Amino acid sequence: MEEVRLLDKNGLRVDGRRLDELRPLKLEVGILDKADGSAYIEHGKNKILAAVYGPREAQPRHIALADRAVLRCRYHMAPFSTEERKSPAPSRRELELSKVIREALEPSIMSEYFPRATIDIFIEVLQADAGTRCAGITAASLALADAGIPMRELVAGCAAGKVEGKVVLDLSDVEDKKGDADLPVAFMPKSNVIGLLQMDGSLTEDEFNQALDMAVEACRKIYEMQREALRQKYHLVKEESEVKEEAPAPEVKQ
Amino acid sequence: MTVYADKRQLVGPGDILAEGPFFAGENTYREGTKVFSSRIGLAEVVGNKIVVMAVKGVYIPRLDDIVVGRVTDIGMSGWQVDISAPYPAMLPLSETPMQRGRDMGRRDLGHIYGVGDLMIAQVIAFDRTRDPLLTTKGRGLGKVTSGRVARITPAKIPRIIGKKGSMITMLKKETGVDIVPGQNGVILAVGRNPDQERIAVEALYMIEREAHTSGLTDRVKAMITERNKGKSVT
Amino acid sequence: MSLTRQHSPVAKLEQRTVVDIIAKGKRLDERGTQDYRPLTITLGIIEKANGSAQVYLGKTKVVAGIKVEIGTPFQDTPNEGILTVNAEFVPMASPTFEAGPPDENSIELARVVDRGIRESKAIDLSKLCIDPGKKVFMVFVDIYVLDHDGNLIDAAGMAALGALVSAKMREFDVKNGAPVFKDKIMPLPMKNYPIAITATKIENSIILDPSLEEEQVMNCRLTVTTDKDDRVVAMQKGGLGVLTPDEVKQIVSTAISKARDLRSKILSKVN
Repeated sequence: MEEVRLLDKNGLRVDGRRLDELRPLKLEVGILDKADGSAYIEHGKNKILAAVYGPREAQPRHIALADRAVLRCRYHMAPFSTEERKSPAPSRRELELSKVIREALEPSIMSEYFPRATIDIFIEVLQADAGTRCAGITAASLALADAGIPMRELVAGCAAGKVEGKVVLDLSDVEDKKGDADLPVAFMPKSNVIGLLQMDGSLTEDEFNQALDMAVEACRKIYEMQREALRQKYHLVKEESEVKEEAPAPEVKQ
Repeated sequence: MTVYADKRQLVGPGDILAEGPFFAGENTYREGTKVFSSRIGLAEVVGNKIVVMAVKGVYIPRLDDIVVGRVTDIGMSGWQVDISAPYPAMLPLSETPMQRGRDMGRRDLGHIYGVGDLMIAQVIAFDRTRDPLLTTKGRGLGKVTSGRVARITPAKIPRIIGKKGSMITMLKKETGVDIVPGQNGVILAVGRNPDQERIAVEALYMIEREAHTSGLTDRVKAMITERNKGKSVT
Repeated sequence: MSLTRQHSPVAKLEQRTVVDIIAKGKRLDERGTQDYRPLTITLGIIEKANGSAQVYLGKTKVVAGIKVEIGTPFQDTPNEGILTVNAEFVPMASPTFEAGPPDENSIELARVVDRGIRESKAIDLSKLCIDPGKKVFMVFVDIYVLDHDGNLIDAAGMAALGALVSAKMREFDVKNGAPVFKDKIMPLPMKNYPIAITATKIENSIILDPSLEEEQVMNCRLTVTTDKDDRVVAMQKGGLGVLTPDEVKQIVSTAISKARDLRSKILSKVN
């Protein structure tokens, strides 16, 4: 049986990266027309679209909460997104990921401003290359900001792991499949808190601590990229504001 | 007392705006001694208050807003109206300038406003515990029976109105069309013929698209003039 | 679609009672913050199953059953048996459980327990091969939650482990690609013993083994599954709250030592 080496003799990975190097990441905000907010991310070969509708009327009515908005989150993979065609029906994995992704984004959203409404988040994985839930969270957080939904801060996601005994950052697909551990993390740098944390594989306590620190550091970097992406999209706004005088834009009551 | 963002600096959620005894205004929040932005927008210090003028967002009703809404249901004593907000609005019969003093059933209510009818109304109540309440008692309010509708993002309505109403005055004059901008992003264009209305709607969407540019009023005026050529002006 | 559920059906005052007591380092049932509730494990209660275990953790009651059947292996692991973990939150277990297909909570629980068993390589799946590429044994672990009083994941994990280590199957030879069963019985080929430890954050306190009342006021929870060599093999954060990196590291440390206690309790039952 052919042995796949994940680290070469120089300690570089299959795609030439160093142990602590992120894959190339590209972010774009506001690319869909109908959604209230949207963002697109390319991370490694991941191609993921996130869209937000809301706040909008809770339908069906009975899901509404009296004192805050309900967050609905759907993580879904397109049938052509993976090596082998994936059935369009939601799998158990997609259901679990929809839950943990929602739980990572909820703490950042000031949902108490919109009682009895819903905020709907849709994440579609068009092409998957490991780390989809983290990339999905990074894009979804931007989409929420793009929709003008009040948030405490953005949420960034990144995974770390272990490959041939070495702790590495941002697993690629082959590393996820053949490596020793996978640790996806979602982090809010301003508050220094973790909203998503999962792990599978085998790590000693020391390796775990190392991997966690690595993932958290990467999330800080990704957060800066998110802010830059928002600047790219909205930098023209300042000129627009200088032209109008009275009549402030719709605002959130304090 | 330190200010980190001011003079319409672009900020996003979680960006620090100031530290110290400032009042946390619209679209900001306080954590300990620091004030942060909660939305994408332009930060400004007004006196001892920090505010962020949000650039985008779904319409959230405010008291006294003029809105353009569509009837979605007829109830016992009023109508349910879609005002493009996360909450359906209610127009009670008592808030319309109708004949009082006789019992009105659903059919009678349906003769005043049927499902699908458009109206200009004003928000008279709205808070956390109940859906917005409307009135059509007032000048210029009531059923809309002709004209065209444009739907833009609510944040751009001030741009449609313009500095001291300069943009909307120009639009009305050049197109000959009456334009009623609802705060909820729904705009009515009522003219004497469909061609004029179409030009007005085109102008409205042009303003939404190019809101951030300067010299817009002149360019929109030029576009309207261009369209008007070769058409009989009534 | 995952959506935010209704809050706890408990009054704010009652919630404050729990929070205040925990802030003082105590708990409603007078346990210590790191103590597990009284634990009773009974093995082999379902004779028709290959293995079974009933766990009472405080008032939480979970039963796990193991069925071993024959099936086809996955293409990329032709020499290995198959492990499947499923969980049912039966409606009688809680006023909030409804009949129907598994919801996100039971799916999450099943997948977390699965990861613990799978990643620790608890079952030596290579010993469950009959005819490479064609026939293998499939181990079905079915978890039945009967009474929900908090910390279902840990209870389910222990029930699954108890059922697996006490499970029996018939010894077999292979002839012409088919199993020939002998009269002797043997245990499942087990190599490791994963234990899930769930910590819950309530305001600024971290407690282990939350009861339902404690779960209803919790900020969030973190489940850490470790194996017999103190390796972390699975983790899952749940709930709408957040944890600092330091809190996470502290929980991992606590979980490793706590798991040792619970593991020896379960393994001593088998003998």
